[in-house]
Amino acid sequence: MRTMCSGFFGFLRRWAGEVFAVVASIAFACSATKILAQQPVNNAPTPDYSKAEVHVLHVQGDVYMLVGAGGNITVQAGNDGVLMVDTGVAQMSDKVLATVRSISDKPIRYIVNTHVHPDHTGGNETVAKAGMTIAGGNVVGDIGASASNQAQVIAFQSVLDRMSSATGAQATPQAAWPTETYTTPERKMFFNGEGIQIIHIPAAHTDGDSLVFFRRSDVISTGDVFVTNRYPLIDLQRGGNIQGVIAALNKIIEMAIPAAIAGADLQEGGTMVIPGHGRLCDVADVVFYQEMVTVIRDRVQDMINKGMTLEQVKAAKPTRDYDPRYGATSGIWTTDMFVEAVFKSLTAKPQAAGGN
Amino acid sequence: MGGTAPGKPLGTLAVLIILVALPSGRLAAQAPPGWANASGEDPSGDWTPRFDEDWEERIPGPEIGDYLGLPINAAARFRGDAWDAALVELPENQCRQHASDYGWRGPSNLHIWPEVDRATQRVIAYHTHLSAYGAEQTIWMDKRPHPPDYALHTWEGFSTGEWEGDQLVITTTHLKENWIRRNGIPRSDLATARVHLMKHGNYLTVAVIVYDPVYLTEPFIRTTDFVYSPQAQMAPWPCEPVDEVDRPEGQVPSHLGANPFLDEFPAKYGIPPEAARGGAETMYPEYQLKMKTMRLLPRPAKVVPNR
Repeated sequence: MRTMCSGFFGFLRRWAGEVFAVVASIAFACSATKILAQQPVNNAPTPDYSKAEVHVLHVQGDVYMLVGAGGNITVQAGNDGVLMVDTGVAQMSDKVLATVRSISDKPIRYIVNTHVHPDHTGGNETVAKAGMTIAGGNVVGDIGASASNQAQVIAFQSVLDRMSSATGAQATPQAAWPTETYTTPERKMFFNGEGIQIIHIPAAHTDGDSLVFFRRSDVISTGDVFVTNRYPLIDLQRGGNIQGVIAALNKIIEMAIPAAIAGADLQEGGTMVIPGHGRLCDVADVVFYQEMVTVIRDRVQDMINKGMTLEQVKAAKPTRDYDPRYGATSGIWTTDMFVEAVFKSLTAKPQAAGGN
Repeated sequence: MGGTAPGKPLGTLAVLIILVALPSGRLAAQAPPGWANASGEDPSGDWTPRFDEDWEERIPGPEIGDYLGLPINAAARFRGDAWDAALVELPENQCRQHASDYGWRGPSNLHIWPEVDRATQRVIAYHTHLSAYGAEQTIWMDKRPHPPDYALHTWEGFSTGEWEGDQLVITTTHLKENWIRRNGIPRSDLATARVHLMKHGNYLTVAVIVYDPVYLTEPFIRTTDFVYSPQAQMAPWPCEPVDEVDRPEGQVPSHLGANPFLDEFPAKYGIPPEAARGGAETMYPEYQLKMKTMRLLPRPAKVVPNR
């Protein structure tokens, strides 16, 4: 039969009299269990960090994912020490350190910040001070032991620019600033026996986003260009843009290789992907998300091409098929904010070419 | 009943109803050949599907815009409307397998075998292999907990099983997104599934109940039948994605405006277009009375049969 709760038209065509009693009985069973009106699933309140716990999940190879400290944290641990991608919120620093110590007692050598937001950089100061840079000999002799008494913090240049220029409530302690920055499309390093690529994605979630690819462990840590619990947050004020988010997602898909068995591409597994927020993923999850974001971008662009205003675009609800999964009506990133950010990304005038 | 929590009472009730309704010949008590357990409480063996069951949906594939009998919400309906079959052409989707809540529907022979603990000789898991996509599912029988919600989701999900009478009842979480119907009606990655394996003579009925808080307003129940086939062949399923169509990188096919094909299905079969839109109401017999009051579309001049 086609379905029991559904497809009774097919039943009726073929076995109308015989199975009518079955359909009726099952209809009764189904109607007894009506589901109430559904709510968006990602409108969880901000956690009480005093009661929050950090959970650790071994991903593969030397890489672990830490969940519960704000943004997800990636930990690579080996004989050379510990490298962390992001440090979570400041309030969770002690718990993060305790969790890292449960993975490895080696020194924390490096922190890589995927972007500037405090749910990913808030623990920089505490975690960096608990670490130690690989330095000695002439370096220590020439400039003093202070050069090696904390972990290096690596980020794209604009992360440092934004942290160091922020004032007032947005000000960040100098001890939390990146100590090593890069301005090229990619920075490479070798640590714990594997190559690590830090890849800059221009103008995406912010203007300082980095992907971190652990090549031997085969894990990509994405920061907030990819999350699983909401629409992508596009921080327009800090240089974000929907086109950059899509470019980042396409880049992750290009880099990741799914598993195969006996010549059959499984289109899952293989390269693991740690999102900025949400659950552990692989390339198939990124594809679903990329398709969603791209379709919404295309719809908004189509509406812009037809001359619709921002308010008209919002009223047309271009996200409505994805809202029960990724939408929110409250919190830090609502569906309305997302649609507005997409619209403004697509209608922003290109900046005039600068001089020297 | 909430969408996320498997409705155990409903599942059991529905399955009992299905069993009672089956033709009496299928209930005949007999020792099925090749089953490991003399009491018949073991689904191990090789099985072949019966495609005369829901042929149109399973083999040629469902029609665009056929949402009949699906307890979907407006979001699922709109997503189905926007779906473009060209999406399957993308290399990253060409080998995408059916998830375990749908895989039983595919063009697949089925092999089930137990994994036995050497020391205790107890079954700690059942494994299933479907020839389509070479999909393999593990059903843990040792009462191990399901992983935390931040763990990886897969096509097969994480499954545990337990015997309820002579039914093997499987609970699956951690599923990747997949489809309810292969015309764009989605099932989200927050869904869970409860599967009842029931054998009667040489037949195996698989009743799948899907709970999706994102796209379903009620649990969705669907059964699929297999026949015991000890000589069934398990063909390989090599699948290698290729660029079938030259497209710009990252392009995702979809209908941005109105889907021009939605009226074809109701016109072809003489079904009110409103009914074709689906929804929980369309699952129930009394909906037939309502359909009689609905507008019909003109039938097309020529109806091309599916087979």
